[in-house]
Amino acid sequence: MKQALFLFVGLDAQSILSEHDAMTKKSHNRPVFLDLTRIQMPIPAIVSILHRLTGLLLILMVPFLLCLLETSLSGSEGYASVMSLSLPALLVGLFVIWGLFHHLFSGIRFLLIDLDIGVDRATARGSAAAVLAAGVVATILLLVIWL
Amino acid sequence: MSGGLSGQRAWLLQRLSAALMVVYLIYVVQHLLFRPPTDFAAWQTWWRGGFMALSSTFFLLALILHAWVGGRDIILDYVRPLGARITMLCLLGAFLIFCTLWAIRILLVTT
Repeated sequence: MKQALFLFVGLDAQSILSEHDAMTKKSHNRPVFLDLTRIQMPIPAIVSILHRLTGLLLILMVPFLLCLLETSLSGSEGYASVMSLSLPALLVGLFVIWGLFHHLFSGIRFLLIDLDIGVDRATARGSAAAVLAAGVVATILLLVIWL
Repeated sequence: MSGGLSGQRAWLLQRLSAALMVVYLIYVVQHLLFRPPTDFAAWQTWWRGGFMALSSTFFLLALILHAWVGGRDIILDYVRPLGARITMLCLLGAFLIFCTLWAIRILLVTT
């Protein structure tokens, strides 16, 4: 059908079709470079992937947090044991708190981008760097207030 | 999938639940920072109070829906074989239901 059409308009159907095939094939055979260890990701990409990773971390931490809450409400002994957690447990807790802060701040950044605020490249890069820093600063600040 | 939590509905749900959780977290964190619990009795009274139990239940609901949409997105992006994909989705769903029931027992069933 296609060939007949091309013949009808006086074109060399065979050459056009093979050229088309070659182009389609070419688009499928384009080099794909996805070596994550050698790609230099821009800061917004790092913030984005950390949003996913911290989200996953927070999901996995839910049972541990529920366990802490249940123990702390089980009686005065349970409350005392939660209030005197070991240093390794506190360090893990601090890491989870950083994860929450990062997820929170990058989430707010995504909400603003949804509202067309800060979409241009310069602002997006700046806000990504700000989010990355804010997560760390907020965690340190919380630690300082607590101590 | 059009009736489920996908597409624009999931997108909107993800943002609404996020906003609700931010409000709750601001309240809880400011309370813990400025009026830290002094002993077990104060801690228990705070959690057993109607306001905290109610807002925590709403927070929990938002958290579980948010975790489902986010976790589902991650699984659909990285797990391509159908069998593995369905298994992972089922595991995530069972995990979240388990957490929900456990949290309800902690929050609403007074011991």
